[in-house]
Amino acid sequence: MTVFTTLKLAFRALWRNKVRSMLTMLGIIFGIGTVIAMIASGQGAKEAVADVFRSMGTNLLIVTNGSQKAFGAAGGAGSRFSLTWADEAALENGEVPTIRWVTPVFSTKVQVANWNTSVTGTKPAYFQIKSWEAKEGALFDEEAATTGGPKVAVIGQTVATQLYASSSPIGQIIKINSQPYEVIGVLDVKGQSGMGQDQDDTVIIPMKTYLQKMDKGQGKYIPRGQIYVSVATETDITNAETQLTSLLREKHNLGAADDDDFQIRNLAEFALSQQKSTQKIATLLAIVAAMSLIVGGIGVMNIMLVSVIERTREIGIRMAVGAKPLDVMTQFLVESLVLAAVGGVIGLGFGALLAKYMASYYGWKLFFPATTAALAFAVAGGVGVVFGLYPAIRASRLDPITALRYET
Amino acid sequence: MSDAGKPSPDRPPLIEMRGIERTYVMGDNLVHALRGVDLTIEHGASIAIMGQSGSGKSTMMNLMGCLDQPTRGTYKLNGKDVSRLSRSELADVRGQMIGFVFQSFNLLSRTSALENVEMPLMYQGIPGRERHRRAMKALERVNLLGREHHHSSQLSGGQQQRVAIARALVGEAPIIMADEPTGNLDTATSYEVITILQRLVDQGITVVLVTHEPDIAAYARRVITLRDGLIVDDKLQEPLRAAS
Repeated sequence: MTVFTTLKLAFRALWRNKVRSMLTMLGIIFGIGTVIAMIASGQGAKEAVADVFRSMGTNLLIVTNGSQKAFGAAGGAGSRFSLTWADEAALENGEVPTIRWVTPVFSTKVQVANWNTSVTGTKPAYFQIKSWEAKEGALFDEEAATTGGPKVAVIGQTVATQLYASSSPIGQIIKINSQPYEVIGVLDVKGQSGMGQDQDDTVIIPMKTYLQKMDKGQGKYIPRGQIYVSVATETDITNAETQLTSLLREKHNLGAADDDDFQIRNLAEFALSQQKSTQKIATLLAIVAAMSLIVGGIGVMNIMLVSVIERTREIGIRMAVGAKPLDVMTQFLVESLVLAAVGGVIGLGFGALLAKYMASYYGWKLFFPATTAALAFAVAGGVGVVFGLYPAIRASRLDPITALRYET
Repeated sequence: MSDAGKPSPDRPPLIEMRGIERTYVMGDNLVHALRGVDLTIEHGASIAIMGQSGSGKSTMMNLMGCLDQPTRGTYKLNGKDVSRLSRSELADVRGQMIGFVFQSFNLLSRTSALENVEMPLMYQGIPGRERHRRAMKALERVNLLGREHHHSSQLSGGQQQRVAIARALVGEAPIIMADEPTGNLDTATSYEVITILQRLVDQGITVVLVTHEPDIAAYARRVITLRDGLIVDDKLQEPLRAAS
């Protein structure tokens, strides 16, 4: 029999029992639908987490002062000054070649007009690391940050909204610690950081200005601050961390037995562990969804078995007029395949809708790769074949004489 | 009448059975349905197989129709030994050599007459257009043109049996095995069906009638009687003519 004839026969047989076919398909529809939705939203959630960490800085390592040990008890990070301007200069000069961007970051809480926010003093590299651009006005340059020290500020969207509502803040003067600063730029909206802070609630001023007006510093030591380091490529992060550690240990003249007098936080690592836990949950959900697909498959098998028994006489007639066992097997196998495949296609649509709804509900990007769709379709077909095989084999093994005499 | 029925030296007989035995295991018992049957049927024969229930005539028909295989003995169909074939090969032989007509019609329900008749051709891989053409021709031979789109439930018993005959004819098989073809029909319709079967004999087709009714067997040229798994009578007769 030709493929077309076989398919036509299968569709007709299924059409004859519309309600039954639909109900059987429901199992596959829900199975495939949930698998698709789970895979898609798992991807979406993973991407969302990755996005959050990307917004905090690309391939970011944060170097801070170490903790002070006094009488055996360790103080908090940054309680001891150990990072020096020389360390920072060494990094700027490319002594760790995998590092692309370096900038000290100082930060403190301040009150601006009637709004409590934080002010950050840094170099333009900071904007590079965070891939942050001005949506209005401009950013300050390297010269301003290192030698000039003009009293200018770039503000985040939250601050802009709080202080100026909808009017433009550019050119306005804000007072920080009773010093006037001119607002020269407003930053793009970034949203929450991976730790849940509002990244847009910030005022950024040139480093030089910060050191003159906010924190006089500690001579050769970098005061209560951090050095942000951005590694050129993601794969080099661990390498860079090791190289950075050994460079700083050498600069600080630490012996082999000494503890590090600085700390390096690896945000990528944190992001990765977050992603891993998201992935774990997504996998778990996909497994549960796959279980429902198996249940759907069992439904197909069940109905095909009933169908074989109901149509015993038909099988006998077909065999009498020349259908080979293989023909009979193919007929039933194609029926269950069609049942599962049609269910799979509908399930695909259902899953896509579900994924879309979940994505908009949780604010994820909709992730619906073609490979997932193809895979789901293949899985549906596979379910049809696997669960249709046993009933089909039973049908093909019927003895034509007994089948012809079978009374329904 | 054609001369297809005459034996010729270069043409083997259509059916040649030698020492056919068929035993079944039923529980602990061995049932001997056929105990050594020899039978030769020439091309174009009109033959009735008679016998009470339990005589072995159903087993005989199943074996002849290649639905079953003998326990012992050889069966040559058109010169080819078909007594030791696989199920798949047997299906092929059935498709090419034998058309079945059953007592209970055995049409596919909720399927049109045309599709019922086309069905055997699907298994011979004949394309749709050709299937349609041949099925229409077969329906014409049983005077059912105009009813090809009726479902079996919309046809009378006689019409259903004629669809079944068309289905048996469509593959151009040389043998038609009719198992109590009039068993479910009233006298008038039975007569109608017998008329068609006799016409097929006239056209050179071998018709094997399996029946327990002497009235029906009277329309055949040769009557074989089975009892307890053996042929007890084999006679030639001048058949009754059903045609008006």
